[in-house]
Amino acid sequence: MTNWFQRLMPSRIRTEGGNKHNVPEGLWDKCPACQQVLYRPELERGLHVCPKCGHHMRISARTRLNAFLDEGEREEIAADIAPADPLKFRDSKKYKDRLSQAQKATGEKDALVVMQGSLKQMPLVAAAFEFRFMGGSMGAVVGARFVAGVERCLEQQLPLVCFSTSGGARMQESLFSLMQMAKTSAALGRMRKAGLPFISVMTDPTMGGVSASLAMLGDINLAEPKALIGFAGPRVIEQTVRETLPEGFQRSEFLLEHGALDQIVDRREMRDRIHNLLSLLHHRHWQPGPAQTEATMEAPRESGEAGQD
Amino acid sequence: MSQQFLEFEQPIAELEAKIRELQYVSSDNAMDLEDEIRRLQEKLQNKARQIYENLTPWQVVQLARHPQRPYTLDYIQHLFTDFEELHGDRNFADDKAMVGGVARLDGQPVMVIGHQKGRDTKEKIRRNFGMPRPEGYRKALRLMSMAERFHMPILTFIDTPGAYPGIGAEERGQSEAIAKNLQVMSGLKVPILCTVIGEGGSGGALAIGVGDVTLMMQYSTYSVISPEGCASILWKSAEKAPDAAETLAITSDRLSQLGLVDEVIPEPLGGAHRAPETAAQSLKQALCRHLHRLQEHAPEALVEQRYQRLLNYGVVKH
Ligand SMILES: [Zn+2]
Repeated sequence: MTNWFQRLMPSRIRTEGGNKHNVPEGLWDKCPACQQVLYRPELERGLHVCPKCGHHMRISARTRLNAFLDEGEREEIAADIAPADPLKFRDSKKYKDRLSQAQKATGEKDALVVMQGSLKQMPLVAAAFEFRFMGGSMGAVVGARFVAGVERCLEQQLPLVCFSTSGGARMQESLFSLMQMAKTSAALGRMRKAGLPFISVMTDPTMGGVSASLAMLGDINLAEPKALIGFAGPRVIEQTVRETLPEGFQRSEFLLEHGALDQIVDRREMRDRIHNLLSLLHHRHWQPGPAQTEATMEAPRESGEAGQD
Repeated sequence: MSQQFLEFEQPIAELEAKIRELQYVSSDNAMDLEDEIRRLQEKLQNKARQIYENLTPWQVVQLARHPQRPYTLDYIQHLFTDFEELHGDRNFADDKAMVGGVARLDGQPVMVIGHQKGRDTKEKIRRNFGMPRPEGYRKALRLMSMAERFHMPILTFIDTPGAYPGIGAEERGQSEAIAKNLQVMSGLKVPILCTVIGEGGSGGALAIGVGDVTLMMQYSTYSVISPEGCASILWKSAEKAPDAAETLAITSDRLSQLGLVDEVIPEPLGGAHRAPETAAQSLKQALCRHLHRLQEHAPEALVEQRYQRLLNYGVVKH
């Protein structure tokens, strides 16, 4: 197909295919799924979804929240909380050093960012995991921030949306990290009791203790296409059962088929879909203004071939 | 069943063998070896005390997994009367790695739920080595909800390497099953008393571990990941498991210092398997004491306290 993309491609790359050494520094990225060479500004506008094959690349917590929430006023919740090291944990490296390394690499204090903002004018709280921060692992800060987000929802009767991407519990906080599963699940129990909706969006990957707590407890469970989602890691399972895992095992499509998800949602449609879902579920507390229903439906993005596989 | 000894217990095994030999000789030949026997018994006591007072975390792991350690059904036999086992999750299967039922504790009707390991090879396989699948957690959930309806306190017994990492378990929603239990347990309007009796392995343990009080048998462990798993991820070598066991703070004394466990139940010298009934009696006293205390609270207050307790888990910097 000739599209905007191929028109933008330098002819050299177009003819030689996407070999890595042919990708010019800076402006071009290669899709890890289809090897297509992609023009980075366009990729960013398309929310890091490959316009050719629809592959959803991993994105940072802040990129995620920036794309999801309305522009304008946002308040970060519990931003001042930072990780401690109650066990003085040390493996081949000190936990303390791992933390400062992760903080330097990501600019985040820990692996979850929580913000109050709005989605097409509907006020809400949104949280996003930062996978580059120690694999998005859940320690005490993640738990505390998540609970702070829930508490804000309870105070102001807001819906909650959480984008998960995590390897699971944070080993370096040992049993404290395990207890974050109980803590976040209990807090979501309060949301449930208060009749406030929680939409969980699982992105690649959502595993272990995060999957087995807050991520699976959505009133509505959504996932991005082809995300790896599960409790035990595929390698551990393979070693245990000594069988080849079925095709597509633990991917979003597999979970949808087995009834664990409500929908698989393309990242480029995320705002529309979640807004629509919350407008319906949260109707007792929020209703769109008269002109709003139509006005806020965004024009399809250039690259947005919805649901393509 | 003859006593099985762990590697670090070899000095004890040797002394016990020597004493048995002397006892045999003495009864056979009418020789008076009593002084010698008494001397050896004293030595044995001292040796045993010395070994058990200085256990490394990795040695505690071995004890927690001891093949003769009392399992949930053993404790049930010693702690309760009128036990009726209840089966099945009403959806898919009866998970043999999770047992449960109604019983009496000191006359009072209660709901009992616990992981169950097997003793011999056949039983181990039947019990899936104490590793539940989603239906195990869903059976537990069914019984716990029933307990709430009938105003029965819930007592759980934790003893699992972890949730079963299998294809079917994932297909049937292992994550959701565990998460659901955590959420529901946090809000049940009856007292929940959780006891780690052996291995408290990660999410599979926590799935029946959310309650008003957490007790640990002295030589049990409770951890976010097995020492072997942690070692192979962080040290890239499962052989570093003893180091991981140390660093992870998985023993009852460390966890009680960290405030994650409310009470440690002392075990008989050598571990609960050396005198299961004595171990069970100590546990029973503690359970009754905590239950009486918890029953003084109105259900709503109980749930609120439990919630606050959960929120307090974790250390952060402000
Ligand atoms: Zn692609």
